[in-house]
Amino acid sequence: MTQVCFELNGESVSADVESRLTLGDCIRHTLRKTGTHIGCEHGVCGACTVIVDGDAVRSCLMLAVQADGRKVTTVEGLSNDEELTPLQLAFREHHALQCGFCTPGFLTTAHNLLMKEPYAREERIREVLSGNICRCTGYISIVHAVMAARPAYQNRPQEAKQ
Amino acid sequence: MKLPQFEYASPRSLDEAIALLAANDGAKVLSGGQSLLPVMAFRLSYPSMLVDLRQIEGLDRITLSDEGVRLGARVRWYDIEINRDLQNAHPLITEMISHVAHFQVRHRGTVGGSLAHADPSAEMSGLAVVCDCDIVVRGSAGERIIAAADFFKGSLETALRHDEIIVEVRFPPWKPQRRWSFQEFARRRGDFAIAGVAAYFDLDPNGRMSDAHVGAIGVADTPQRLPTVEACLNGQRMTGEAITQARNAARSAIAEPLQDIHAQADYRAALLGTLTERVLQNAMGVNQS
Amino acid sequence: MNEHVPFVGRPIQRVEDLRLLRGKGRYVDDVERPGQLHAAVLRSSVAHGILRGIEASAARALPGVHAVITAADLGNIVPRIPVRLFPNEAMKPFHQPVIASDKVRFVGEPIALVVADTPAVAEDALELIAVDIDPLSAISKMTASKCLAPLFDACETNRAFDYRVRRGDAAAVFATADYTRRERLYVHRHTGVTMETRGVVSEWDPVAKRMTSWGAAKVPFANRKILATLMGLPEEAVDMIEGDAGGSFGVRGEFFPEDFLVPFAAKMLGRPVKWIEDRREHLLAVTHARDITCDLAIACSKDGHVLAMQAELYVDVGAYFRTSTTITPRNVGQFIPGPYRVPHYSADVAVMVSNKSPSGTYRGPGRFEADFFRERMFDLAAKDLGIDRVEFRRRNLLSEGELPSAMPAIEPDPIVTELDSGIYEHVLDLCLDKIGWQEKQVLQGKLIDGRYHGLAAACFVEGGAAGPRENAKMVLEDDGTVSIYVGSSAVGQGVQTILMQIAADALELPMERLRLFHGSTTYVKEGWGSYHSRSTVMGGNAILIAAKELIGQIKTAAAGVLQCAPDQVTYASGVATSAQGGSVELSGLGGGISYEATFSNNKHTYTYGSHAVHLTVDPGTGRIDILDYVGFEDAGRIINPLTLHGQSIGAIVQGLGGTLLEQFVYDSEGQLLSGSFADYLVPLATDFPNIRTEPLELRPSPNHPLGAKGAGEGGTIPVGGLVSNAVAAALQELDVQPLSLPLSPNRVWRMIEDARMKKPYS
Repeated sequence: MTQVCFELNGESVSADVESRLTLGDCIRHTLRKTGTHIGCEHGVCGACTVIVDGDAVRSCLMLAVQADGRKVTTVEGLSNDEELTPLQLAFREHHALQCGFCTPGFLTTAHNLLMKEPYAREERIREVLSGNICRCTGYISIVHAVMAARPAYQNRPQEAKQ
Repeated sequence: MKLPQFEYASPRSLDEAIALLAANDGAKVLSGGQSLLPVMAFRLSYPSMLVDLRQIEGLDRITLSDEGVRLGARVRWYDIEINRDLQNAHPLITEMISHVAHFQVRHRGTVGGSLAHADPSAEMSGLAVVCDCDIVVRGSAGERIIAAADFFKGSLETALRHDEIIVEVRFPPWKPQRRWSFQEFARRRGDFAIAGVAAYFDLDPNGRMSDAHVGAIGVADTPQRLPTVEACLNGQRMTGEAITQARNAARSAIAEPLQDIHAQADYRAALLGTLTERVLQNAMGVNQS
Repeated sequence: MNEHVPFVGRPIQRVEDLRLLRGKGRYVDDVERPGQLHAAVLRSSVAHGILRGIEASAARALPGVHAVITAADLGNIVPRIPVRLFPNEAMKPFHQPVIASDKVRFVGEPIALVVADTPAVAEDALELIAVDIDPLSAISKMTASKCLAPLFDACETNRAFDYRVRRGDAAAVFATADYTRRERLYVHRHTGVTMETRGVVSEWDPVAKRMTSWGAAKVPFANRKILATLMGLPEEAVDMIEGDAGGSFGVRGEFFPEDFLVPFAAKMLGRPVKWIEDRREHLLAVTHARDITCDLAIACSKDGHVLAMQAELYVDVGAYFRTSTTITPRNVGQFIPGPYRVPHYSADVAVMVSNKSPSGTYRGPGRFEADFFRERMFDLAAKDLGIDRVEFRRRNLLSEGELPSAMPAIEPDPIVTELDSGIYEHVLDLCLDKIGWQEKQVLQGKLIDGRYHGLAAACFVEGGAAGPRENAKMVLEDDGTVSIYVGSSAVGQGVQTILMQIAADALELPMERLRLFHGSTTYVKEGWGSYHSRSTVMGGNAILIAAKELIGQIKTAAAGVLQCAPDQVTYASGVATSAQGGSVELSGLGGGISYEATFSNNKHTYTYGSHAVHLTVDPGTGRIDILDYVGFEDAGRIINPLTLHGQSIGAIVQGLGGTLLEQFVYDSEGQLLSGSFADYLVPLATDFPNIRTEPLELRPSPNHPLGAKGAGEGGTIPVGGLVSNAVAAALQELDVQPLSLPLSPNRVWRMIEDARMKKPYS
């Protein structure tokens, strides 16, 4: 067992983990943040996407020990209890979720994309979202939601890498 | 699909990493993990130790010079994607790498990791072979250079010794007036290529081609140069007839194309021909000065 | 007094989203019970064989392993899972045992359950179990005759069951018809593949002697009954708790072996046990679907009227009959006529077992296949007769005056059902107009920029609102809010919001004054769940009844407060008013008023519609690109246009996945070759961006007060036939006629090559 220390949604966390524990499983079961979901464990479906040091990654393809010293953001870190964020509002308005299982992965991915490319065009959004699988919506509403959220990310003061 | 057990090491220097590999028969290098971890999740591989390169500095540089592009082994697909200077210096690299996987994978996957994994459809492997790259590796016996043509031995098999780690990939200088194109055919965006063809050549003032390089991925155990196709091009003008000859040469270039549930051998061969034809047509539209 | 503004019919944003968007969903793997252990399933890697022995001592000795459970632990008789829908005595030999005992019949069949401290240790232990199997020859393709190694002693031919569907005298008509044609068609095996894999958490309370299972979905009440029976417990001692479910599409929620094994382990070990399916298991062991061969014949008059159709169908249901296995063979037999007039019709449906994963319902079960067979045949017949394909459909669509129209009769276990209402041809016209059918005809079969263009149109019906009943309970709380409990199950379709809209209108209250609980068996006395697109109709109508009764009780209670007779009280928008002018709000009634209603229904609803597509085929690669896809569907009455639109797009994309990408491929030994997401290909965001749908509410269902028709599956149903017809239209100069799915690039390329070989190509 190794101790790993990192920042999770702005808070310092530490855990004793086996080297084989993936970051996704660590977040969900060791640290009890269950918003991130596991859909395939072989790096295809994107449900497990989290943001590490400003890059969206598949948490099933990263070991928890590799997160040592890093900044990790999950869907909970992109939420607050008082109101929905612009991205969440857009998803709701466009009915971009049905069963909700893939949704956290889409939110982290879309947030990361729009942070890097707030003027991303429809085709680019679609291309990036092709790394996340949804079985319910057929994707069209998700793409529209991300497009609708763009203005909120444009003309934004440079924020800390998230 | 939980991972099997393994020891984990995160050395701070390349020498330390090499020493760990040399001392542990079952050890494997962990770079981006985007190819290795899925294999382990399916329990198709049981490394006794993973030697993580993440704390080793100096392996992630992209160097542009008159000697050609050099990509450090830890350069990620994303680093290549956002580097405009690289795109200007060697556009074929940027184009081929743009087809690799998806957004999240591109933030972690690395040049060295892909080369060492040696998937028959990998764009990076095809790029290295078609461009005549040198692959610089280091092991306990020191540093050596392996030509890309000699690097790939079979599907998921390379010339790397057990204790060797890829350090960087060196590209020959790229001529700015070069015609080039790359096309691959995959079932969906980001999927492994069922077949892919990259081609580049120079044109003299009379429109005759020279120094033609044509390579294919996804059709055989290893990425392939297609010398019979190149022979149809060198010294010729790009006429319809030349393209047809090149297409036919491509179609029969691989004796036993790969076969799997997505593509049978004859279909792959036909795809190779079709893609070669389209790539050559497309290459003529590039770099119009 | 504020007049209530209706919620029904408006695009109300979903209540569920507030939790789900924040990552606060509660899916089964989010459930953590104190002291819980983790299970892993050892599955057969051999498709067919005699199970000689299981050697698990090394696994048991692994630190962290608490038990390895095999058939030997289950007593003399291994429990078997019954058929839930249309069961028949003759099906009993084919019921799936909860664990393999003497034989294994498919790769993926459970052989042992390991229970350990962590999922990883449980998986480690699987590799330490040695299984001795004498292999038998595996059947991975259907055979209609006696074979070397039947799966069951009771059935030498592997032809496990037969259905007959009859209307009129098809044979007589074929003998004298102007025109007949016969073809063999095939729809391949694929299935729902939900984003959340299956899972169960079970806990046994030894003092109260109660079993609780989390992770229920779709049909929690039916599963409670089955589990109670298999474990020898009274039904009231079993609770199935439904949380959030990551999709069903017909496959999640039926009773699987793990739904017995995990509770069994929990009881045996005296500790909660959690099992979460991994993706490799899911592709192997979740309910499979489709896989139907059809020898179809059509008889027409010279002027293109369909006189009769005859179908001989072989449905490969895999190794066992699952709880929902009967639906597909029944539907495919009954629904080949669809919305068309087919005066004489016969179908003989053979239900075949094979050494593949057991099958059951998946979105539009049997209907996707039936529509492929019928719509392809219609285009072939129209071409032979020289009649325009759309005109052919017009001549044969049932007119409004012909409805209701009885579906052909099915035996055994008949169900009387009729197409309820609709204006089929009008909706076809809307669809053709929207895609620009007339203007685009000039593109049919043309090669432009290296791609062949083709268009097609298709008509379909979707069955919904299966009975027999559904329950809804309403409770007026003392703060004036109302709690609603329904037997309907939420599987992602927005049932919570939709039913709250219906309840809000029925009670004339804002949605914020309501809360709705769904699915779990603890909520209502009896429930039925979500399948056959029934939740809106069944749950919604139950709510209407409960609301009416609740308002009656509210008036009585108000009468007491207002000191008048109940018939002098009126109720509107949360306020009860007496004829004398006094009034009391709901919060002034002291709560404690409740009513549980049952809505009974045995009349199905039939949403119907038309789809059209414009696609291209690249002859060099075989790739099909969907340029434009238009869908119109009349759902009778639209409760929430936002969610209905979402269902139709999602359903169409699944249909396109099933037509072009998804495929379970087995080798001749019964090994599944497409066993990961790298090989079982589901649609991605980049695949089908050009889909437009429009929901309509032209003809409500006359069969129940709400008027809505179940509409979650319709989008999938016509896709296979439609796309294949458009491909045939695109490749008409080569006379390529697709008769089987999927239309993968390799297969399309081969059809083109084969066609070119036959013709001298200039």
